[in-house]
Amino acid sequence: MDDSTILKVENLTKTFPGVRALNKVDFELKKGEIHALIGENGAGKSTLMHIIGGVLKPDSGKIMLEGKPVSFSSVHDAIKAGISMVFQELSLVSSLSVGENIFANRQPVGAMDRIQWGKLYRLTKEFLQRFKLDLNPKTLVKNLSMGQQQTLEILKALSSNPKIILLDEPTSSLTEEEIAHLFENIRALQKQGMSFMYITHKLSEVFQIADRVTVLRDGNYIGTRPVNEVSENNLISMMVGREIKSMYGTSKETVDSEEYFRVEDFARKGRFRNISLSLRKGEILGIAGLVGAGRTEFARAIFGLDSKDSGRIYLDGRLLNIRRPKDAIREGIAYITEDRKNLGLFLTLTLRENCIAPILEKFSSRIGLLKGALVDQYVENRTREFSIVAPSMYQKVINLSGGNQQKVLLAMWIGIRPKVVIFDEPTRGVDVGARADIYAKLRELSSKGTGIIMISSDLPELLGMCDRILVMHQGEITGEVRRADFSEETIMAYATGLANSIANNNHTA
Amino acid sequence: MGFKGFLRSIVAFRESVLILLLLLFGIAMSFVSPYFMTWPNIEAILLGLSVEGTIAVGMVILLVAGGLDLSVGSTLALTGVVTGLALTAGVPVWLSIICGLLAALGVGLINGILVAKLKINSFITTLGMQITARGILLVIAGGRAVINLPKEFCFIGQGRLFDVQIPIYVMIFLVVLGDFLMRQSRFFRQNYYLGGNERAARMSGINVNSLQIFDFCLVALLAGISGLLLTARFGSSSVTVGGGMELRVITACIIGGASLSGGEGSVLGAFLGALLLSVLANSLNLMGVDVYWQNLVTGLILIIAVVFDVLTERRRAVRK
Repeated sequence: MDDSTILKVENLTKTFPGVRALNKVDFELKKGEIHALIGENGAGKSTLMHIIGGVLKPDSGKIMLEGKPVSFSSVHDAIKAGISMVFQELSLVSSLSVGENIFANRQPVGAMDRIQWGKLYRLTKEFLQRFKLDLNPKTLVKNLSMGQQQTLEILKALSSNPKIILLDEPTSSLTEEEIAHLFENIRALQKQGMSFMYITHKLSEVFQIADRVTVLRDGNYIGTRPVNEVSENNLISMMVGREIKSMYGTSKETVDSEEYFRVEDFARKGRFRNISLSLRKGEILGIAGLVGAGRTEFARAIFGLDSKDSGRIYLDGRLLNIRRPKDAIREGIAYITEDRKNLGLFLTLTLRENCIAPILEKFSSRIGLLKGALVDQYVENRTREFSIVAPSMYQKVINLSGGNQQKVLLAMWIGIRPKVVIFDEPTRGVDVGARADIYAKLRELSSKGTGIIMISSDLPELLGMCDRILVMHQGEITGEVRRADFSEETIMAYATGLANSIANNNHTA
Repeated sequence: MGFKGFLRSIVAFRESVLILLLLLFGIAMSFVSPYFMTWPNIEAILLGLSVEGTIAVGMVILLVAGGLDLSVGSTLALTGVVTGLALTAGVPVWLSIICGLLAALGVGLINGILVAKLKINSFITTLGMQITARGILLVIAGGRAVINLPKEFCFIGQGRLFDVQIPIYVMIFLVVLGDFLMRQSRFFRQNYYLGGNERAARMSGINVNSLQIFDFCLVALLAGISGLLLTARFGSSSVTVGGGMELRVITACIIGGASLSGGEGSVLGAFLGALLLSVLANSLNLMGVDVYWQNLVTGLILIIAVVFDVLTERRRAVRK
């Protein structure tokens, strides 16, 4: 191994009861490199990172840090050796100050274990200034924004002066602007010689930030490539292990089909205003926009989850009166939430119970008991139809992968036989293989005439799936783009408010 | 930060709200009853408070660390009974006291080990312990109070120094020390990390298991000390004393700014919360209000405090 290698992992194996999470995996990190680690859920990315960061112990294999073999028995050990890990979920204490979080349990102390507060805040100030972060060291963490917290999380990892930083999906809860800022900071640190290992689900990030990329699949090492020598499709086939020719399928022309669902003049003070849209049978209509543009709030209002100040909904020419989700479900409108863990699924219940949750009455006998055999039959069919991978229908949903959870959620809502499906972030946290399955299912629905409204922050997904895209910016629709005119630039221009083709029309109308 | 911002930060500081409330209340009461502001009445309030006030120091530390102890009332009674039995069996006073405190520590240790090592929820662990410890003391005392305790022992509860009864000194000393440690000592501040984010605490090298065990032992020991002082005050150890005390102590801590989900709270706040409840009870008595009203008022204050918390948090969230 040459001098530029700072960390080398060889033959690493880790088994959990029933699963081989890592099988003789190799990994090499060069000094000053940003190295992306990708793979589907369950590929072993997080396990590998957790072993390097001292969270888990490997069964066999070795880790060499700057040429010397190391073995960590705790995160604390790894930090002392110069490896700091930034966790996917925040590890901050919200009731404590910025300073106390950065110097967690390492506060400067004087006689009798007494914390030197003045020194603590001065050190914090100096540290924040070094990273050009304008924060008051005494501010409580609970008063910071999500993005500031994520940055603080990375600063906390930096405060122990590490040589290597491990990042596990650091951008999953950030806005575009915050991501840009984060990347700037990472690049600045890279220039100072810091090395990064970077787990991400977003392939576009690999090309934005990484120098090299390593792919894992089912616990096996698949390969490492310099980023400028691979394409997104190469990476996808490395991850999935099969060629996915056309992830999104082909769109069927729907321009001629009948317009059957219309939303008019939706408004809610401070959230969205002047929103109208129409949907044709079998059409896939995208709603693009930045986080906070009001897309989810608008969808929730259609479904009757949130109140609205004004707005009318027509289905097949009939004016609907939707005041609560129950009304929407009765009319055949399904809203599939972006937050499957908190709002979508009953995590501690089984796959079987989840599948039938919105349609219990279909399986009830006259005195209100469930007909078990009917349910079994139904759930078996759904599981097969949606290619849900689970050991049995009695598996708790919390134990399924993100992709399979998302399929359960979709199966649940297709069960109400909706006429209109509103799907909010259909593939967030879902790996490539399951994404292809979900897209195929959506295509199938649309070919049967169901209209689909797809809200997504993943532009390639919208461009690949939709027949037409509406773009929202600060609570208003700023643009409508037809498939023939699709381009990321056009949509981003509308989404950031640089362009507006709708507002003018409204004024003239 | 303008005047408004200053006011807001004061209001956000729970202790100052409580002090203000206490002051307003004290002034109002001194008009209602001339007896209220006299030393005998104040001493009576403090003496009554000394039991809960002492335990609240340990309880709030445990709450900050994300734990909870429902067995403090039983621990208090157990300590009294063990000490009382030892005394009547002729064991020297100092050794009897040690026996009683060891019994309390035993309870804390078992609670701590069950919660920290076996990861059993602290609510259930200490609920079980509340019943078990009460059972043990009923068995060993044969269901009867232990009476006729020696004078030398009773002194620690009845003795006076500069015209103030000893349990009050003990409580004030422990509150001041506890508050100082929770603000200034690196060791004690570990509790905020533990209760705020257990995984983060582990990652920053905090020995989470031993800290949890320490906290349970501490609250049990303070319950034991309270039990000793109470037994000495009455000259007998009752087998029923301390029933329902755990909820009163937890109520005081929460009124004082602690949260059941951990990471928040202070010893001073908990003490002020307990003081507020005692002063209220005393005032209701002085005004001749039926004793049944006390529960109603205590409950309302708890609910108002929690609603206040939720509203200030929400306003903060909106401002973000």
